[in-house]
Amino acid sequence: MCKTCGCGIPAGHAHAAIEPSRTETVRVMQSLLHRNDAAAARNRALFNASGTLVLNLMSSPGSGKTALLEATIDSMKDELRIAVIEGDLETERDAERIRARGVPAVQITTGTACHLDAEMVRGALRDLALDGIDILFIENVGNLVCPASFDLGQHFNVTLLAATEGDDKPAKYPVIFRAADLVLITKTDLLPVLDDFDPARAEAFLRGVASRVPLLQLSARKGMGLQAWFDWLRARRIGIGRTAKNFSYRPHEPTAESAASGN
Amino acid sequence: MHELALCAALRDAVLRIAADRNARSVSSVRLLIGPLSGVDGDALSRAYPLACAGTACADATLLIEPAPVRVHCGGCGALTDAQPQKLACADCGSLETTIVSGDEMLISSVELLFGERDV
Repeated sequence: MCKTCGCGIPAGHAHAAIEPSRTETVRVMQSLLHRNDAAAARNRALFNASGTLVLNLMSSPGSGKTALLEATIDSMKDELRIAVIEGDLETERDAERIRARGVPAVQITTGTACHLDAEMVRGALRDLALDGIDILFIENVGNLVCPASFDLGQHFNVTLLAATEGDDKPAKYPVIFRAADLVLITKTDLLPVLDDFDPARAEAFLRGVASRVPLLQLSARKGMGLQAWFDWLRARRIGIGRTAKNFSYRPHEPTAESAASGN
Repeated sequence: MHELALCAALRDAVLRIAADRNARSVSSVRLLIGPLSGVDGDALSRAYPLACAGTACADATLLIEPAPVRVHCGGCGALTDAQPQKLACADCGSLETTIVSGDEMLISSVELLFGERDV
């Protein structure tokens, strides 16, 4: 009799060995967005290699992102080579508005997705010659929540807050305002008729989420306050020429304390 | 509402960890989520079974550990709790603070199940 399984066949035949069940806990400490962050890092490496300054514009729908880009292109297209990636759920309308100003624009239509991600931007880059672009604007899907979580490979985030939206938005949507490297209050030409929007209060709410970034007020349609925005862009552009090779941006890196307390 | 996209990324990451270690399945996944990450834990819990259906993590329990919002004060040096919309130092009231916890969106650990099958 076989001593291993007790069957009648003499010893020496093959057995199906049974591995006992066990569990093992594996410590991971990896961002949920690890894959997106890796794709964003690849995008950033491309932007750095071509010396292209890349800005991610985020805001609610209708806060004036496209109008700001139109005014920016009109004033700066002779000085800088500009291109735009447009993100919307549907239609080419925004890209057509940009192309009408004489600069290249690629439209990403996300279907139902509420934000752009790094892979979508990578796809759009196939239609742009980065070496000939000084500044690339990525106009994210209009949404004050989701775009803040997805690194696209940009160098800086610009968050717009229209005067028509309410000055407490930075407190209500802290994530997207904290992600901003610059906050723009737009449509300020309407301030005289909007008695419930106080720019000073908007700034107080922004400071309340521990943001110390510049806050500018402008109206793209009426051409108010644009010079400070152009100056900010020029200063970032000089910065990218000097530091592009080493530029890094890691919004989802775990902090030392969270890593230590995480398990 | 990008939680389904996040769950798909979570599932792919967890399945890769399980496959790398030749695990049979995943029994639990533990996340650390801070309120300043922009992720809603309840929405994540609802989306998770949809993203994981039919995979080795379909039966895994999702455990979401909330990370507290804590700030370090550049003024007085204190380490204190704060609110997501008001990140002032609780000791001196200064807004010269930096976040030390509260914006995490991490897979902290996964529990893998091995064995109970022919090898």
